[in-house]
Amino acid sequence: MASLGELERAVMDLLWAGREAATANTLRDLLAQDSASGDGEPGHQGKDLAVTTVLTVLSRLEKKGLVERERGTRPHRYQAVSSRADHTAELMHEVLVSAPDREAVLARFIGSVTESEAATLRKLLGQN
Amino acid sequence: MFWTSYLLAVLALVLAWPVPILLSRAEWPARAPFTAMVLWQAIALAGGLSMIGAMLVYGLEPLGDNLIAGLRGLADMVLYNAPTTALGFWHLFALSAAALLTAHLVFTLLLTYVKIERQRRRHRELLSLLASPSSGRPGTLVINHDSPVAYCLPGGARSVTVLSDGLMAALEPDELRAVLIHENAHLTQRHDLLLWAFAAWRQALPWFPTTRLAQVAVNSLIEMLADDVALRSESRGTLIKAIAIVASGSPAAAVPEQSRAPGQAGELAGALQAAPDEDNAAFGGAAGAASARTTASRVSRLLSPKPPLPRPLRALVLILSGLLLAVPTALLIVPGLLG
Repeated sequence: MASLGELERAVMDLLWAGREAATANTLRDLLAQDSASGDGEPGHQGKDLAVTTVLTVLSRLEKKGLVERERGTRPHRYQAVSSRADHTAELMHEVLVSAPDREAVLARFIGSVTESEAATLRKLLGQN
Repeated sequence: MFWTSYLLAVLALVLAWPVPILLSRAEWPARAPFTAMVLWQAIALAGGLSMIGAMLVYGLEPLGDNLIAGLRGLADMVLYNAPTTALGFWHLFALSAAALLTAHLVFTLLLTYVKIERQRRRHRELLSLLASPSSGRPGTLVINHDSPVAYCLPGGARSVTVLSDGLMAALEPDELRAVLIHENAHLTQRHDLLLWAFAAWRQALPWFPTTRLAQVAVNSLIEMLADDVALRSESRGTLIKAIAIVASGSPAAAVPEQSRAPGQAGELAGALQAAPDEDNAAFGGAAGAASARTTASRVSRLLSPKPPLPRPLRALVLILSGLLLAVPTALLIVPGLLG
């Protein structure tokens, strides 16, 4: 049985790849297909993957603000809140824009540079 | 007893204002980053200790001629209803202030830890969905992003280094190695603990020059320490080039194609060192953000390397750091010291 973390990633990959909202049942079938056609151990998350597990994963993702549920339909249909690229851009923005209260969270290879420094660095590189 | 509190107050004042300003302007920390780091920690600890100690000793003055006797007297009042008439208004005020400051410092430290951990956990969660493990490099993730980005996210056994596609495309293998060694040094030397402690210190006392200057200095010193680790196995030119490429952001525009030819990294170091003075001046120039200043001092340190601080001087600074901690502790604890 795959860990919840792996399943979250697999579900997000499916939602990001597909354009339309999907139900937990559809997602379960797609996950089963993936693992059947994919490499590695067959049936890794296939037959024994219950729809309730997919629903658990979806509700975790919903709590994290990555997935939203369409209201008013039954069964519920889920879709990604924004695209993979948008999420990546947002995350990188967090990394690149230094706010005082975030300074201790991670250590960047190089902090921000002023425009003139960037120009000087470019010049140094170009000199060679 | 009175003199003890007076001396501690003077020490707290000196450590809160002139000393950090002088140290932050000094040139030598770039030549001995580890020693400077120890000194900053001693200044912060001794500063906090003497601030609290001065108030405590002043407040307890009527109760005994040393801290232990005073605390015993205070315990008698709090626990056994001994008469409190010996303490005047200002004594009680000082004691309350000491207790509040202690609680404030401890709570801020814990709160900062919780906040940092929450942000790191959130970041790790998103990374687990968005980034993929780098083949052949354990503990390294690659994220699909065009601009060159490299950072490490500390978290004990779950620490990761994150590289962007843009970075991998822009750097030569040796430059990439330098970046990875640099980031790994942050993780193995546990720089996250320093970042945490000094972020909390600043958060707790934001209006003290010492806390802001200390945080800026520590941020800059950990980068120098990590650079020094990278320089053990990669050349100076390689590291400078990696910094320049990552800092200039868009490598395609920044770097003419011919300069990316292999084998030129060594020559670059020479070229960079011979860079005109106005270029070096620009690095030290009026940089707005503290982080930009960090980059500037780092790059100028690599461009025109100075010999490390002589061993006796480094030893002297370390002894001084030890004394900074020992003196307030001794003033507090040794009974009858200075009458």
